[in-house]
Amino acid sequence: MSVAIDIRHALKKYGDNTIIPDLTLKIKDGEFFTLLGPSGCGKTTLLRMIAGFNTIEGGEFYFDENFINDLDPSKRNIGMVFQNYAIFPHLTVRANVEFGLKNRDFNKKDIGSLADKFLKLMQIYEYRDRMPENLSGGQQQRVALARALVIAPDVLLMDEPLSNLDAKLRLEMRQAIRDIQKEVGITTVYVTHDQEEAMAISDRIAVMNMGEIQQLGTPQSIYHRPVNEFVANFIGRTNLIIADCDKDVIDVLGHKVQIKDLDYKGQVKVSIRPEEFMLTDDTNTINAVVKDTVFLGLNTHFFIELPNKQVVEVIKESMIDNMIEPGTDVYMTINTEKVNVYTEDGSKNLVIAYED
Amino acid sequence: MKIKKSKINLWSTSTLSLLVLYTIFLIIPLFILLSESFVDRDTGQFTLENFQRFFGKKYYYSTLLNSFKVTVSVTAIAVALGTTLAYFFARFKIRGAKTLRILIILSSMSAPFVGAYSWILLLGRNGVVTKFFEGVLGVVMPDIYGFKGILLVLSLQLYPLIFLYISGALSNVDNSLLEASQNLGCTGAKRFFKVVVPLIFPTVLAGALLVFMRCFSDFGTPMLIGEGYRTFPVTIYDAYMSELGGNNSFAASIAILAIILTLIIFMVQRYIANKKAFTMNSINKIRPIRIGGIRNILIHIFAYVLISLSIAPQAYVIYTSFRNVNGTVFTSGYSLNNYVIAFSKMGNAIRNTIVIPLIALAFVLIFAVFIAYLVVRKRSKITATIDTVSMIPYIVPGIVVGIALANAFSRPPMVLTGSMTIMVIALIIRRLPYTIRSSVATLQQIPITIEEAALSLGASNIKTFWKITIPMMSAGIISGAILSWITMISELASAILLYTGKTRTLTIEVYTQVLRGNYGVAAALAAILAVLTTLSLVLFNKVNKGRDLSM
Repeated sequence: MSVAIDIRHALKKYGDNTIIPDLTLKIKDGEFFTLLGPSGCGKTTLLRMIAGFNTIEGGEFYFDENFINDLDPSKRNIGMVFQNYAIFPHLTVRANVEFGLKNRDFNKKDIGSLADKFLKLMQIYEYRDRMPENLSGGQQQRVALARALVIAPDVLLMDEPLSNLDAKLRLEMRQAIRDIQKEVGITTVYVTHDQEEAMAISDRIAVMNMGEIQQLGTPQSIYHRPVNEFVANFIGRTNLIIADCDKDVIDVLGHKVQIKDLDYKGQVKVSIRPEEFMLTDDTNTINAVVKDTVFLGLNTHFFIELPNKQVVEVIKESMIDNMIEPGTDVYMTINTEKVNVYTEDGSKNLVIAYED
Repeated sequence: MKIKKSKINLWSTSTLSLLVLYTIFLIIPLFILLSESFVDRDTGQFTLENFQRFFGKKYYYSTLLNSFKVTVSVTAIAVALGTTLAYFFARFKIRGAKTLRILIILSSMSAPFVGAYSWILLLGRNGVVTKFFEGVLGVVMPDIYGFKGILLVLSLQLYPLIFLYISGALSNVDNSLLEASQNLGCTGAKRFFKVVVPLIFPTVLAGALLVFMRCFSDFGTPMLIGEGYRTFPVTIYDAYMSELGGNNSFAASIAILAIILTLIIFMVQRYIANKKAFTMNSINKIRPIRIGGIRNILIHIFAYVLISLSIAPQAYVIYTSFRNVNGTVFTSGYSLNNYVIAFSKMGNAIRNTIVIPLIALAFVLIFAVFIAYLVVRKRSKITATIDTVSMIPYIVPGIVVGIALANAFSRPPMVLTGSMTIMVIALIIRRLPYTIRSSVATLQQIPITIEEAALSLGASNIKTFWKITIPMMSAGIISGAILSWITMISELASAILLYTGKTRTLTIEVYTQVLRGNYGVAAALAAILAVLTTLSLVLFNKVNKGRDLSM
C-alpha cells in the first residue's frame, strides 16, 4: 500500500541559515520521483525531512491524508536506502533483511518466507548467510534495497544510492531499481545529483537549487524545455549565445532564424544544445572556425569558435571520416524546433511562456 | 506521540543522573578540598596561611621543583626513546618484532613502584649487580637512589606509552609521503626530523601529556627509590597522613596546587595541539623493510637492550619470588615458601583485586557508553558540560582523588570511608575519562545512517541503541574495558589513602610488604599481579584481533 506525499510550505533552518525557504510539492501515489540538483541545493535535506530524521521548522507534510510532521521515524513505515548503504555490519545478510520485519508483528514463518522472497528478488539469496563485509558494493546495495522493501513500506526513499558504485555497476543497479520499483509499484523519492541517472530512472523530476524547486516535470520536458538558464545548464550541456529578438525572429550573430511560439522584443539568451547545431554548406549561415576535435567513439565533439570569439561545443555522430582538422572554416545553422530562448537575465524561457 | 515522550525521558533521565552523580562524587569533594585549603578550620575565615606555609619553606616548595625536574626529564626521555623505537619498528624489519611488541606493552602495565623495588634489588646498596661489580670487578657503582633512580624507573616505565601512541600515528602516515620526500632529495635522519616528526607531532604532544600526567602524579616510585629526593605527591601524602584525624587543610592546599599545575599543563598542551592539528589518511601504509650492515646491527642492539631493560624488573621480581628469603636478605635455594606465606598473609587481597576493579569496571563501561552516546549523538549544552566534567579526573592526580574522596565521605551525610564502595568510586572516577574517550572515538566511527536505517525499519530508539549501536561499539568497548581492567588492578595512588585491612588489594599489599621489608612475600604477590596482568593482556590481543567490524 503506497501513498501520495503532500508537502506544503516546507521550511528548514539550521540556526539562522535557511536551507529550504518555502517548498510546496505533491508526489503522486506509485510515482518514481527524483529530487535533482547540485550539492547543497537542499535535496537530501528535504528527503530527510520526509524520513523524519531532520526537524521541520515550518510547513506541513502529509502521507495521503495523514499529517506526519511529528510522527517518529520508526512509525512512518518508510523504506530508506542510504548513500553508504548503512548495512548493519554485525548482522548477516538475512538478519539485515529480517530486521525490519522483527520490529513488526510478523510470525516467524512469515518473516522467513518474506525475507526469502526479497532476497531472491534482489538476487542475493545465495549470500544470505554471509556477513556484509564479505559483499561487494553492488551486493551491499541489493541488501539495502531488499531490507527497505521487505517491510512493505508506504514510501521508498533513496539518498544517492548509486554514487558509491563504479560506472558499469551503476547502470546495472539503475535498471534493477527501476524494474523493482515498477514491479512493487511503490511511491519512491530518489535523490541524486546525476542528471543522466535522474532522466533514466524517473517518472517525474524536480530540479532544485538553493532550496527551491526550479522546475518540475517529466525527463523529456525538463530536457527539451528547461524553464530557466540554471536548469538548461544543469540538465545536459548547452551553449548560451546572446542574440537580438524581434517578434519570432532571432538574430544569432547575423544569422536570422524564425522560432515558433515566440513573441518578444529585445536582447535574449539563446540556449543551443551541442546536438542542435548543424553543419551546412549554405554560406548564408554562421561562419565559424573549428578549434579542436575530440573523438569519443559513438560521437565526435567539435569545439568551434564563432565570429564573436565565443567557443561552442557541437556534437555529431561519428562517421568513418568526419574528423575535421583544427583551423577549418565551417558553416553552421541551428535546429529551430529544439532551441530555447531566455530573457537576458536567464530567469525565464520565452518559448514555454507561449506554450502555456 | 507516546514514543517521543519516553525517548526524551530515557536520555534526559540519564543525563540528569550523570550530572547528579558527578556533582556528588567529583564536584563536591573537589569543592570541599578547595574550601579547606582556603578556610581556617578554627575561625572559619578566609586564609592563605597554608599557601604561605608551603611557599615559605624550602622543604616544601623544593618538592615542586623536584617534581618538575623529574617530570620534564622523564617526558623528554620517554618521547625520545618511544618515538625512535616506534619509527624503527615501522620502518625496519626487526627480528622477533611481535614478541618484542608484547614485552613493551607488558613492561608498561605493571605498577611503577614494582619497577622501583626491582631496580633496588638489582642496583641498590645490596643489589645483585652492585655486589657483582664491587666484589668481582672492584668497581663502585653509582648510587641508584634519588633523582637518577626515579628517572630510570619512570622513563623505562612510561616510554612504552609513547611507543604505542606513535606506532598508531605512523600507521596513518602514507608511505608515499616518505617516497615523495625521498624523491625530492630528503632521506634518512633528515627525513625523519623534517617529514616524519612534523607529521606525528600532534600525537607526540598527546602522548607527552599522558606521560607528563602519569609521571607528575606518580607516588610509589619516589616513595621507594627517591629516599631524600621528595616529590610533590609524596609531600601531599605525608601532609595528609601526618594530619590524619585533625586538620587536613595543609594537604588540601597542596592538592589544590597540584590540580592548578596539571590544569595549566593541560591547557598549554591543548593550545599547541589545536594549532598543529590536521588529519591524515593513509592508503599505502609504511611497510618495514629489511636492511643490512652496521645500521641493522645498531638498530637491533638499541631495540633489544631497551626492551630488556624495561622488562627486567618484572622478570627479576618473578625470579626472586621463588628464592628463599629471610626478611630483606635472599638466602640460597629455591622454593615456593614465599607463595605459601603470601597466600596465608594476604587474606582477601586477591579477592579484592578481582572484585573491586570488576565492580568499578561494570560502572565505568555503563557510564562511558552512555556519556559517549549523549556527547556524540545528543549534543546539547548539558551533555557538553558532562563531557567537560568527565575529563576533570584526567588532570587530577590519583593521590588528590584519594584525598578528596576521603575528606568528603568521612563525615555525614554520607560516610563511606573504610568501605569497599569508596575504593570502587575512586577507580571509577580515575578510569572513566579514558574509557569515555575511547568510546567516543568508537562511536564517531559509526555512521549515524546505520542507526537511522534501524529507526526507519521500525525499531524504537531504545531498541536501536541496544540492538545496533551497542553491538557495533562492542569491539571497541571490550578492548577499552580490558585496558581499564589492567590499570585498575595496579592502581596505587588513590587506593593507598582509602584502603583498610578489609579492602586492601594486591597492589597495596605488595607496596606495604616492600616497605616492611618482606621482600619474599612482596615478590610473590607482585608475581601473581604480573601473571594476572599478562593474562589480561593476552585476552586483549585475542579480542582485538578477532572479528573486526569494518565500515
